Amino acid sequence: MDVDKIRQDFPMLRGIKMQGKPLIYFDNAATSLKPQCVLDAILDYYRNFNANSHRGDYDIAHHVDVLFEETREKIAGFINANANEIVFTANTSMGLNMVAYGLMPKIKEGDEILLSEAEHASNLLPWFKVAEEKKAIIRYIPLTKEGRLTVENLKKSLSPRTKIVSLAHVSNVLGYILDVKSFAKEIHKTQALFVVDGAQSVPHMKIDVQDLDCDFLCFSGHKMLAPTGIGVLYGKYDLLCDMEPLMSGGGMNTHFNMCGKVGLQNPPLRFEAGTPNIEGVVGFYAAIDYLNAIGMENIDKRERALKKYAIQELQQCENVILYNKESESGIVTFNIKGVFSQDAGSYFNSKGICVRTGLHCAKILTDFLKTDGTVRASFAFYNTEAEIDTFVEACRNGGNFLDAFFDDK
Amino acid sequence: MRFSMTNEMMREIIMDHYGNPRNKKETDNSEYQTIFMDSVSCIDKIYIQALVKNDVLIDVLWHGVGCAISTASTSIMTELLKGKTTKQAQYILDQYLKMIHEEPFDESVLDEAIVFMNTSRQPARIKCATIGWNGMEKILNGNKKDR
Ligand SMILES: Cc1ncc(COP(=O)(O)O)c(C=O)c1O
Repeated sequence: MDVDKIRQDFPMLRGIKMQGKPLIYFDNAATSLKPQCVLDAILDYYRNFNANSHRGDYDIAHHVDVLFEETREKIAGFINANANEIVFTANTSMGLNMVAYGLMPKIKEGDEILLSEAEHASNLLPWFKVAEEKKAIIRYIPLTKEGRLTVENLKKSLSPRTKIVSLAHVSNVLGYILDVKSFAKEIHKTQALFVVDGAQSVPHMKIDVQDLDCDFLCFSGHKMLAPTGIGVLYGKYDLLCDMEPLMSGGGMNTHFNMCGKVGLQNPPLRFEAGTPNIEGVVGFYAAIDYLNAIGMENIDKRERALKKYAIQELQQCENVILYNKESESGIVTFNIKGVFSQDAGSYFNSKGICVRTGLHCAKILTDFLKTDGTVRASFAFYNTEAEIDTFVEACRNGGNFLDAFFDDK
Repeated sequence: MRFSMTNEMMREIIMDHYGNPRNKKETDNSEYQTIFMDSVSCIDKIYIQALVKNDVLIDVLWHGVGCAISTASTSIMTELLKGKTTKQAQYILDQYLKMIHEEPFDESVLDEAIVFMNTSRQPARIKCATIGWNGMEKILNGNKKDR
């Protein structure tokens, strides 16, 4: 992989400064940077074939429709699904809500929903809502001492009353990779459905939903080079057919009369009421092409290497507390001894380094890590070892965090 | 003149208040008014408690969890406002917020709070430097309504 060449494709990596320093973007778990080809594709849509989808008989509208369905196929290919199993959403949160509300009619009082303490708020709160409405019970699969989920603990938590298991493929706080395939095998010995939050996995590794055998998978385009506001809900086709749409409106019905009788489209259109995010879809198309050209295996390998290098270097710093040395993905969660995470955040900002601080939308986990907050650096394939060196040097001097306010630049 | 304070002195003041926050106690005395301040974008959670009698801030306390900036700025505020009339307190508060937002301000009333004059260098931290002060403002304004 020619990282220097790749970096040329990203306008944000060509000379952008923050606080007078070259920008070092280590907040990829929050959202990725976008390559020029994605920006071009969006502009191309507005400049050259601006039209709505599924609506027109004229050429440019037809072009939008073709591109729309081509993107669906491209994404299906990307995760080895069928195109009719790909529902466009706004983001992971919307996908998870669509599944939670869509499956709600099937949940009864006393049914159990299995989650974990490491989940993002987006994979907790919709289920809390379902549990509240249906008087169902939320249970958490215990994490191991390091914060991992194991098949063993899953087995102990599954019961005949378990209806749903919903888990992140990769935790956005600790970066552990869930063994989805083994989990699916175990879960499917029961009646339960397996929902996977792929927000942090799909952007970083090769995904094959048929091999993984999860029932649903939600992810966001903006974490994988595409624009904000576009995401995907994958569901096994039969399950989608059996699911209620969260939203109603234009484009999702086949017919309706004024007595309120509505005929529903088949999936995926059933779940796509209203004018979709067309620039998002068009941008997603370009993003998938870009990722495929590099190859997800290569991206995975590169990011694991960056993580390993960062850990190796950070371990040399006596003032750095690492929370996830062992995790595989490109997420490093840490604190600088004696420095509140947010103070560290401004300090890194003053060095031109973007990191995320606080609870990372996974508030429950704080009780598990026993800290008021952490700093998270998350890498993408376009990051470099040299950037990590600058970052590690900053960590080493992190005790002087008030430099952010008083250092004369 | 306060502006002559060196960066080193300012750092020391912040670290001193961070390490030894003043007036950091919780009271269950119901004569105190309590305001809870938290934020969606950060994890600071700060309670301000104030005892106001005859338009005088007899006592100002606070407790909670916060970063160095929110802890030190709240600690300094409690020292500064304790014993002041509500009118004086409001004036000081206004001057502080003007300083934070880089508007002309009267530095003569801010004393140690002047150490936060550089906050605008880190715009994301303005909320930390003002969380306690905004809480106090709520108490003062609530107080006005009661009369
Ligand atoms: C594990 C996980 N799930 C869900 C989400 C929510 O994604 P979005 O904000 O795109 O809906 C995120 C994003 O931060 C995440 O990391």
